[in-house]
Parts: sequence; C-alpha cells; structure tokens
Amino acid sequence: MEAFQNLGFWGTLLVTVVLSALPMVFILLYALVTIYLEMKVAAHVQDRLAYMRTGWHGVLQPIADFIKLLQKEDIISVAADRKLFILAPYIVFIGTYGGYAAIPFSSIFIGANIDLGAFFIVAVSSLVVVGILMAGWASNNKWSIFGAVRSAAQMISYEVPTVLAMIVGVMITGSLNLQDVVKFQAGGIQDWVVFGGPLPLLQKLLISPFTIVTFLILFVASLAEVNRTPFDLPEAESELVQGFFTEYSGMRWALFYVAEYANMFLVSAVAVSFFLGGWGSPFGSALSGPIWGFFWFVMKGMVLIFLQIWLRWTLPRLRVDQLMYTSWKVLTPFLFVCILGVGLILVL
Amino acid sequence: MSAVTTYFNNIWLALSSIAIGMRITIKHLFVKSVTTQYPDAKLKMPERARNRLYVNIDDCIGCDQCAMACPVDCITIETIKSTPDQDLGTTSTGQKKKLHVSQFDIDIAKCCYCGLCVPPCPTDCIVMTDVYEFSEFDRRNLIYNFSIMTPQDIEQAGQKLKKAEEEAAAKKAVAAAGAAAAKAAAAQAPSQAPPAAPAPAGGTQTQPPSTPASDAPGQAGKP
Amino acid sequence: MIETKTLPTSYVSQPGALKTSSGHTLRTDEMIINMGPQHPSTHGVLRLEIVVDGEIIVDVIPHIGYLHRCFEKHAEHMTNYQQVIPYCDRLDYCAAINEEHSYVLAVERLLKIEVPERVEYIRVIMAELQRIASHLIAVGTFGIDAGAFTPFLYAFHDRELILNLFEMTCGARLLYNYFWIGGLSHDIPPQFVDKAKEFCTYFKPRIKEFNDLLTFNEIFIKRTANVGVLPKDVAINWACSGPMLRGSGINWDLRRDDPYSVYHKLEWEPKVGKGEMGTVGDVFDRHIVRMREMEESVRIIEQALAAIPAGNVQAAIPKRIRPDAGEIYARTETPRGELGFYIISDGTGTPFRVKGRAPTFVNLSVLPEISRGAMIADLVLIAGSVDIVLGQVDR
Repeated sequence: MEAFQNLGFWGTLLVTVVLSALPMVFILLYALVTIYLEMKVAAHVQDRLAYMRTGWHGVLQPIADFIKLLQKEDIISVAADRKLFILAPYIVFIGTYGGYAAIPFSSIFIGANIDLGAFFIVAVSSLVVVGILMAGWASNNKWSIFGAVRSAAQMISYEVPTVLAMIVGVMITGSLNLQDVVKFQAGGIQDWVVFGGPLPLLQKLLISPFTIVTFLILFVASLAEVNRTPFDLPEAESELVQGFFTEYSGMRWALFYVAEYANMFLVSAVAVSFFLGGWGSPFGSALSGPIWGFFWFVMKGMVLIFLQIWLRWTLPRLRVDQLMYTSWKVLTPFLFVCILGVGLILVL
Repeated sequence: MSAVTTYFNNIWLALSSIAIGMRITIKHLFVKSVTTQYPDAKLKMPERARNRLYVNIDDCIGCDQCAMACPVDCITIETIKSTPDQDLGTTSTGQKKKLHVSQFDIDIAKCCYCGLCVPPCPTDCIVMTDVYEFSEFDRRNLIYNFSIMTPQDIEQAGQKLKKAEEEAAAKKAVAAAGAAAAKAAAAQAPSQAPPAAPAPAGGTQTQPPSTPASDAPGQAGKP
Repeated sequence: MIETKTLPTSYVSQPGALKTSSGHTLRTDEMIINMGPQHPSTHGVLRLEIVVDGEIIVDVIPHIGYLHRCFEKHAEHMTNYQQVIPYCDRLDYCAAINEEHSYVLAVERLLKIEVPERVEYIRVIMAELQRIASHLIAVGTFGIDAGAFTPFLYAFHDRELILNLFEMTCGARLLYNYFWIGGLSHDIPPQFVDKAKEFCTYFKPRIKEFNDLLTFNEIFIKRTANVGVLPKDVAINWACSGPMLRGSGINWDLRRDDPYSVYHKLEWEPKVGKGEMGTVGDVFDRHIVRMREMEESVRIIEQALAAIPAGNVQAAIPKRIRPDAGEIYARTETPRGELGFYIISDGTGTPFRVKGRAPTFVNLSVLPEISRGAMIADLVLIAGSVDIVLGQVDR
C-alpha cells in the first residue's frame, strides 16, 4: 500500500477498490473449497461417500450449488419487514468482511495497516450481532426470533473470552497491529506465541502452559462466535429448523452461508496471527517470502478450519444456559488467571 | 465433593470425553466407506427377495385364490368358462385348464408386497421376483395386464359359452319335459305293470330326444 | 385433525381470558409456539403446541391423528385373520416383527393351538433382532435431537446388517409378513445361523463405540441428566410401559412377568434405570436402558441360536382360521412398550373387532406432565426419549 502514495485521487481510489476486492476473491474461492471439504470430511467420518457425481469425486458440486442458488425464486413472506429482511444478510456479511481489512495475509499485503488492528476486528465483527437480530426480527417468525435472540446472547458473551485471549497475545507481542504481531514471531516455530514467544528459555517454559491454554480457549470462543457445534443452538436444525435464517432462501441464504464461512476463517486468522505465527514459516527463514507467507497463512488457517469441522461432527450441542455457564464461569476465569500469570512472568 | 472439586472434575470429564469422541471420529475418517454407488454398482438381491409380482399366465387356471388372499384387493381376475369341445391345454404342474382368463390385472401401485398371494396358487404361477426398478412416469402404466386374450378372443369365447349355455338350457328343458312325460305315463299306468314300472319309466326317459319332442306338445297340454 | 383452536386475531392481553385444554390460564407474557407436523425433530407427523414463557415451557399440548389410517376398520373387513398381519406390520414400521408377534399370539390363543418349538425359537430370534434394529433408530435419532449427527450414521450401518438378515429369510427389509398364525412364512435359510452369530460378534464392540461417542460424552450427559424426570408413581398411574417404565426404576418386563414364547427358557434380565448420572427416571436413564437392552438382546439371540430345535415351521398352520366366538387380549413387550391386541371373534373367519393398544400412544400422553418447567431444547430431547412412532400412535 505504501508504494501507491502519489497516484492522485482517482488512481488511489482505483487501487483501493481493487485491493479491497482481493479478500473477496479469496473468500469466494475459500468458501468453495471449505464447503466441499466440510461435506467430504463429514461423509468420511460417517463411513459414507458424499458428492461423487459432479466432476471427479464431486469437486464441481459447490459450483453447481452456487448456480442452483442463483436461479432460485426470491421469496419474502408478506408479513415480513421487507426493508430489514433485505438488509440483514448484507449487514452480517459486512460485519465479517470488514474484519478482513486488518488481517495480514502476507508480508506485503494487509488491507489496512492500522495500529489498532485487533481492536478494529473485534469492533467490526460485532456488527454481525446486529445483522442477526435484524434477520430474526424481520422474518416475523417465532422460531427465527428465538434463534436470533439466542445467537445475540451467545455472540456477545463469547466476545469477552475472545478479547481477553487476544490481550494475552498483545501482552507478549506488545502491539495491537496484527502485522507487527506476526513479524514479532518471525523466527520459526519456536518463536510462536503459543509456545511462549521469542523469549529467554526459562520465561518461555513458564509462560507456555498459559499460552497454550489461552490458545485453546480462543479456539473454543471462536467456535461460539461462528455458531458452530457444539455452540450452534441458534441454528439448531433439530429444534428451530434453521434458527434465525429459516425464512431465507436462494441467494440471500447463500449470503448468510458464505458469511458464516468467512467468519470461520476470520476468527481462525486472528487466532493464527496471534498465536501461530501468521504468515511466518515454521522453519524460520527457510521457505519464507511474500508468496510462501501467503501459503503458510492459508495452511495454518485451514488446519484450524479442519479442527472446527472435526468438532462439529463429533459433539452434541450445548443448551443455552450451559453455553452461558461455559463462557462466564469457565472460560473467563481461566483467562483471568492466564493474564495474571503471563503478566507476572513478563514483568519478573 | 466440594464445589471447587466438582467444578474442576466437570472440566476434566468434559475434555476427556471430548477427546475420546474425537479419537473415534478421526479413526472413522480413514475407514473405507460402506456406500454402494447405485446405479453404477447394484447390490445383489437374495434369492427370496420379495419385489415385483410376475404371473406366468400359461399356468393360470383362473381359480381366483390369489385375488381372494390379497389384503389390499390389487388383483382383478375375470374368467370365462370354456366349453367341453375347447382344449385349453394343461399347466406345467399337470392340471387341466378349464377357464379362459380374460382379465388378470395387478395394480402394482396398490400391492403391499406381503406375498400372501403366492402360497394359495395351486400351480405356482404367481411369484414375487427380485425386480425393484420399475418406476413409471404415468400411474396408469402401473396396472399390469397379464392376460393374453385379445378382445376378439374374449368375444369369441363369450359367444361360444353363450351358445353352449343355450344348448345346454334347451337340452335341459327337453329332458325335463321328457321326464315329465315319462312321469305322467308312469302315473297313468301304475296298475298295468307295477314291477316293470321303473323299467318303462326309465326306458321312456332314456329315449332319444326326438321321441319326446313329438310327445311334448301333447303332454305339455295336459294339466 | 382432532381439534382446532381459534385465538382472537388481534391479541389483547386479558388475564384469565384464555384457557388451554389442560385448564391453565394463560398469562399475558406467554407465547404459543407450534412445533408443527412438519419439523425436523418430531419423529413423524406430530404437532406440539407449546405455551412458553421465554424459554421455559408452561404447557405442551400434543395434537395427533395426522397418520391415522383406520387399521381397526380395515381389520374388520378382511376375509380372514391372516390378511390382517400386513396391516399390523404397518402400525409400528420401525419394529414390525414385534407387532406381528403380538397379533399372532392373540389369534393363536383364541384358536387354542400350540406352535412347534422351532417356531418359537425363531420367533424369539427375529423379535430380538428387531428390538436391536428399533433401538438403533431410537438412539440414533435421539443423538440427532441432541445435535450429534454422526452416531446416527453408525447406528444405521449396523441396522443395515440386521435388515440383510431379515431379507435373507423372508424377502423383505422393513415390513415382513413373516409371522403367520400357527407358524412362519419361511423357514430360516441354512446360512442364517452363521450370519446371525457373525452379526452378534460384530455388534458388541459397536455398542461400546457408540457409548463412547455419545452416551458418556460429558456434553450429552449434561444435556440429558435431570431432564424430563418421570417419577415412579406418575409412570405407573399413566400406564407407561417399556423403556419409559424401566427407566424410572420399575423392574417390569412382559417377557418375564407375563411370559410368552420361550423367553422363560433363556437366561436374560430386564435392564432398569438407576439414576447413574442424575435422577432416576430422567432422559439419560431411558437412553441407557435402551443401550443396555441392545446388549441383552444380543445375549438372548446367541442363546437362542445355539438352541434351535429341528422341526417344521408350517406344521401347525391351520387350513381355515375360524375361531370360536369369544374375545382375547394378548400383549407382548415391543421395543416401545406393551403392545396389546384385543380381538373379539364372532365365530366366522373375519374378526369382529381388533383393537390395538399402542404403547407409544399411552407413553406420549405423559409428555405434558414431564416437560413442564423444562426448556424448549429439553422438550426436543424429552419427546425423543419417549421414542414415538406416529404410525403406532395414530394407527
């Protein structure tokens, strides 16, 4: 971005638009891959084959699904609040996509190199809550309202562990700017924050238990942010049909769906940037560079996504009060202890 | 157990049972899947498979046992009696066929695949095959017509039967009249030949049809 | 449908104005939600009208009748008793053999005929295999209600093997028409005994795997313990039977307490809920009773396979089924409870009256009692633990 300073108004505008559209291209490609991956992993865990007929082993199925959704009839129920109904998917998607601005995809590409990167991401992704409430309310359907209110409660309460976990990362790396956080861990796998960061060995050994626990808690909290099992009560298929997006069909539903996958990658990307070294190669300076950086970043993100998929097909879901209990009475106290521990060790 | 110990115990139980569950699912990820990719690969049906019905109409003697046994009334059978001069042949199990089967319809959409029609058949002509792919686009095509008689055949057989029945009716009427005449004759002369009464009465009855025909108008006129 | 309710079109809060069919007065801050006939989790076409205060349930009113197919009327119009058996199959289509068993037992008692020993042993093997298959559906779909999608697929994989055994014997996979009055429609094929033994050896570790994945998962335990508690006296007063009754700690199993067939010659015991993870009679207890009953059924099958006597399975089938005028009530233990058939015969070949006493119909009636005060997420689990099959509820 710094190279394009003196292009004049229109030049800068053009460059800005093109660069902001790049994560969108990434999201679309990634969504196609992840939809396929999720179905295939789900199928093989359940001893069955998923898509086999569209293309070799069904690789063209996500594209076929996309084309099918494009040509579906746009149904909006008469009793629905039309303006809010139409606006809701866009708000959810914007809330997710806005966070992509501050994610460091590679050493040369970060949408907005702001000093408040992590804070910005958390703030913008709260828009998702507003969008979900809008969707549930505008559907004029009791089940949708149930799902929306549950989802809002869930997302708000799980933002606390997310932020606290990020604070641990910030304490060790000293910056909220994600690009700096990643550069801080650029020395290879031993420098990753999850193993204590680039600190002297004794401090590292003392800090590692705290950082590992923090990373796990961040992962669990991110599952809840994305409404995935075991926290998928808002879209509990066996109770609420589809929860807050029951009334949506066709492309509007597809937008929610893509927004969910984009959110999955966003929270994984934040976890990766803070704790797993971002775009840094695990081997330090070997196999590193701008393109390699992008590759490592996406690989690490996909490992976390695979973990999310694996958990979804293994566990039953938690009930709403158990969800709240987990957030406020288990994750948050453990994080307070971790913050205290990390702080003490860093100071001493 | 104090509250604190329960708290930590719960967390430990949760983590360990989740780990056990995850181990099971990841193991299944590498197990070969059990799906049979129909229609490229089809499962072999066992020999007793009970699917679509088939009737070997050459063996059907029109006894209607299968239609009576069916709980959903999906078999419709219409038969026409054959006259003694017609030879319909024998079934493969050796029974002589005496009925034309003019209609043998099975509405396979109604069939509940219970197999109750198979045991009562005396010639084993109705069987349940292993064919399970018989969807149709039009529901009327699901009424299977097993009879091989054309409308002309049915017409012919019907007319033959009618003729034979009329002849038999006429025969019966003549025989009845002859018997009445013989009875009247026997009643008129009981004293004349008491021991031989049965013989002339019997003899009158066995006279060729032509004789009573001349007597009949006269005898019929008698009160 | 059974009843329709009309609410005022513009709802004006009037305390005490609206009453539900169970006599509760609706307060103004309650919501009536419809878990309608089409729903991913009511197992079949069942409509649950839920009066809810936030997430807490105040009342549940089940509406049934969406799958009523006039079984009893059909039975009166059949030409003989044998033709009613396919209709019995279709009552509880997940456990068809057990339905047939109850009916043929009733007619055989009415006719006062004794069936050969071989027939009894084969009937027991088939009934227990069907019990395993039915419980696999019950626990698999229960897992889906709780949010775990994978155990369902594992359960159905095992169920396929059982259905293969049935298909090998009588030709059908789901609705068999296998038990005939006085015998069976086919004798078991020569390879059946070996294949059934193979299945039993294969199945025991699968139950353990299922338990590890679902039953003893802490999240599942937390969802099901202390939920939907059915106290002993309520269970007995509301005539519950089957795993619902045994889950509440009552040791009552018709196979032992009202014996029929050859169950008294085999060594087995009914499984009873003990409140291991919560209260006695909660949802977890009913689930664990079903899992343990599957293990017990495997035990019964192995014993019976080893003890089948020789004989002719069609020796006692009467040529004409014409019982004397009279009536009979016979009951068996199906996977869902006590299924009874009350048959009145008027001396002809057609039954005068056949009434089916459906266990799920009676068990479902206790649903409002046990779900007051639970949350909607719990209601789904409670309804799943009753293990209803609407074909049997509505007949």
